Amino acid sequence: MTNNLDRVELSLVGRKRSERLFKFYGFLGILIAFLFLITILYSVISQGQKAFFTTFIKVNIFFDSEIIDPQNQRNDEDIRYANFNKIITESLKKKFPENLNKNDSKELSSFISSSEADYLSEFVVKNKDYIGKYKNMWLLASSNIDVIVKNPEMEDLDEEDRLISDKQLGWLNQIRLNKELKKELNKNFFTKADSTEPEQAGIWGSLVGSFLTLLITLILSFPVAVAAGVFLEELAPKNKFTEFLEVNINNLAAVPSIIFGLLGLAIFLNIMHLPRSAPIVGGMVLALMTLPTIIIATRSSLKSVPPSIREAAIGLGATRFQSVVDHVLPLAIPGIMTGTIIGMSRALGESAPLLMIGMVAFIVDVPTTFLDSSTALPVQIYLWKSTAARGFVELTAAGVIVLLVFLILMNGLAVFIRQKFEKKW
Amino acid sequence: MGFWSFFFIIVFLGLTTRWYGTNKALKLNSNIKEGPKLPSLPSYYGANAFLWLVISVLLFLIVWVFSKPYILDYILIQNIPKALIDEFGGTPNMLIDIIKATDISNIFPGTNPIIIENALYYNKIDKLIDSIAYSIILFVGLTVSIFSINRISFLFKARQAVEKTNINLLILCSTIAIIATIGIILSLIFEALRFFEKVNFFDFLFGFNWSPQTAIREGQVASDGAFGAIPIFSGTLLITFVAMFVAIPIGLFSAIYLAEYAKPSLRSTFKPILEILAGVPTVVYGFFAAITVGPFLKNFVGEFGFTIASESAIAAGGVMGIMIIPFISSLSDDVIRAVPQNLRDGSYAMGATKSETVKKIILPAALPGIMGAVLLAISRAIGETMIVVMAAGIAANLTLNPFESVTTVTVQIVTLLVGDQEFDSAKTLAAFALGITLFFATLFLNIIALRIVQKYREKYD
Repeated sequence: MTNNLDRVELSLVGRKRSERLFKFYGFLGILIAFLFLITILYSVISQGQKAFFTTFIKVNIFFDSEIIDPQNQRNDEDIRYANFNKIITESLKKKFPENLNKNDSKELSSFISSSEADYLSEFVVKNKDYIGKYKNMWLLASSNIDVIVKNPEMEDLDEEDRLISDKQLGWLNQIRLNKELKKELNKNFFTKADSTEPEQAGIWGSLVGSFLTLLITLILSFPVAVAAGVFLEELAPKNKFTEFLEVNINNLAAVPSIIFGLLGLAIFLNIMHLPRSAPIVGGMVLALMTLPTIIIATRSSLKSVPPSIREAAIGLGATRFQSVVDHVLPLAIPGIMTGTIIGMSRALGESAPLLMIGMVAFIVDVPTTFLDSSTALPVQIYLWKSTAARGFVELTAAGVIVLLVFLILMNGLAVFIRQKFEKKW
Repeated sequence: MGFWSFFFIIVFLGLTTRWYGTNKALKLNSNIKEGPKLPSLPSYYGANAFLWLVISVLLFLIVWVFSKPYILDYILIQNIPKALIDEFGGTPNMLIDIIKATDISNIFPGTNPIIIENALYYNKIDKLIDSIAYSIILFVGLTVSIFSINRISFLFKARQAVEKTNINLLILCSTIAIIATIGIILSLIFEALRFFEKVNFFDFLFGFNWSPQTAIREGQVASDGAFGAIPIFSGTLLITFVAMFVAIPIGLFSAIYLAEYAKPSLRSTFKPILEILAGVPTVVYGFFAAITVGPFLKNFVGEFGFTIASESAIAAGGVMGIMIIPFISSLSDDVIRAVPQNLRDGSYAMGATKSETVKKIILPAALPGIMGAVLLAISRAIGETMIVVMAAGIAANLTLNPFESVTTVTVQIVTLLVGDQEFDSAKTLAAFALGITLFFATLFLNIIALRIVQKYREKYD
């Protein structure tokens, strides 16, 4: 007997150790998940915040009347067609007194974004007095320069791996020494749509596209899902048909999202001939996807309304339908709203089905109607990620930040509604 | 008549009908000094008229939306001179597409004048038939509302009628789920059958060579073996395996800690953190896998003198595993907490420590539920698209080495369909064959998982 007790006594040390170890493993699991989350957020934010600012270079522009308006007619159309790239290059050259050959001036001209020539021509059309005069202007730097300015560690790379040549780097450092370089809020990013040049590309077009798509999704899925939820939870008789309905809804919730894209492609585009890349089709596909989410949310929030409410209404002579529509449903609205917002936020982050229906096009215009070609926010992120130019890496991360901000806002709203309006019985 | 003016007229008509119907019923009621009044409340008479108006207008609008393209095409074909069709060479439908795509406000120089003329005609006709259709629908709506207002009498039980219609509408909404499922299955099967007309079913399912690009060149018959899906299935399974390798241990240990060890306060902080991982859009995970994890692994493994593909299965699978963690942890957490307390108490009474109880009593008891959770997670992983599209490869390699680049079913669907327009080629149809495989695989996994979880629940409830 004592022998046994001794054995228990002896084993206790090891057992306690394995107990501590096991608990530690559990904690480690959560810790690792948490670390992953932090790493993801860190890698996104550390790269993305760079894209919110962009580099400008101060250039003393000489509005050469020989180039702009050789005939001295001050005609708007002629000025618009003048070679403003040459004006920029010539003005840049004056920064560097050393003799520059033709190749050098080409390299120099790539300092400034290609959009600035248009900007200057509009400027001159409006202010014709400047023709033949000098003016100090801050011009948008090209993406390659911008990337180097934002990532100083890239200056140490070899010339082939760097985006700019040794000569360009020398000029850049000279500009920096003269304090002719500044970083400013990247307005293009917040107001423009996609572009081939990273410094001119923006998120606004895809944000509008996402908004239009989600509007369609909401209009289509919300009433249908609430109606289905009310029917299944409150009014449906228990029979084979409703059972079949429930099985279908559960299956629909588990179908991979890309399958919905295939459905959209085969039916909405190829049979119904709706326009490709349009928010209306995207909205329809996403509506089918969010349907189960909202139905399930509706049902669970209807379920949480106590039966006494129904009994009281029926006791006072209401029909079953009246008791549901006039009394139970209003009490369930906060829960339904919460579920709907969460469903919408999921739809906002969804991109796979949108790839199938062609919302991955390169679209330079901000969409204005439900039939315009457009992209959506997550698809824009995907598109930028697939683009080779180095400047798009930061834009992609910035796009992710914008997407996450919207998701946080939506989920915050859902939590707010839940805590503020939802009744605890 | 444009759409918006039509819309506002209908809204106005509807509200008027409702108001008029209610008022008519009120008047009928007030005329009765003694005896029974109308069988339903006056507002139900208004609601009934309103409902019928809305239903009939919606019905006709839907019919119009679907039939308009066909009617429009028919009218346009009648107008195109025969000479142009002969000269064009293609089918008349292609010509109509060209006409529709012509932007008359900004005509491309050198466009055939007949096409411009037809484009102008198209714009005119488009508006004209729209307004004709709207007028007809308006007329129908008006007739229906007059008819339903006329029905208001002592014999008509409006409440019953309204409730019946409403319930039928609710049922109609519920059946959308069925319609969607049928739509998915039919569209997938239909296109997949067209694919299997061109490629042998068994060659697809058991072939070892996947190179759809070679089979698309014109005049080339889809060569045998070009659509062998085995490398794709194996790639999918490899990435899923890597994902599960990451997700199951972390998810399960987190669940055990949350369910058995964590104090309530700790639990209420940790659970939302895990749920944030579930709320991150997959495109963000894809970005993370491609930009951060891929290069990191390449450098890290390179330190030891190994080489690793930049789009390796391990990068995509690992990040997918992170995405799956909350899925496994929250499902397993529910399952573990559902194990009855008296099992735990019995084990403690025998002198077992907490970890021994978890290992020897709770996990075996919860195993079916955890299996269900894992199966659901696997079905999630094989259907996941964006992570693999952004971080896994496109070339179909038949390998089990996670450091190499493999491709998955979803990646292939995306690469086959994005950008390509030709809808009759075996290449695009192959995407649907892969889609239906994916659909049935996930459906199968889900049904089994739900069965297991349900059986398990019955056991302890």
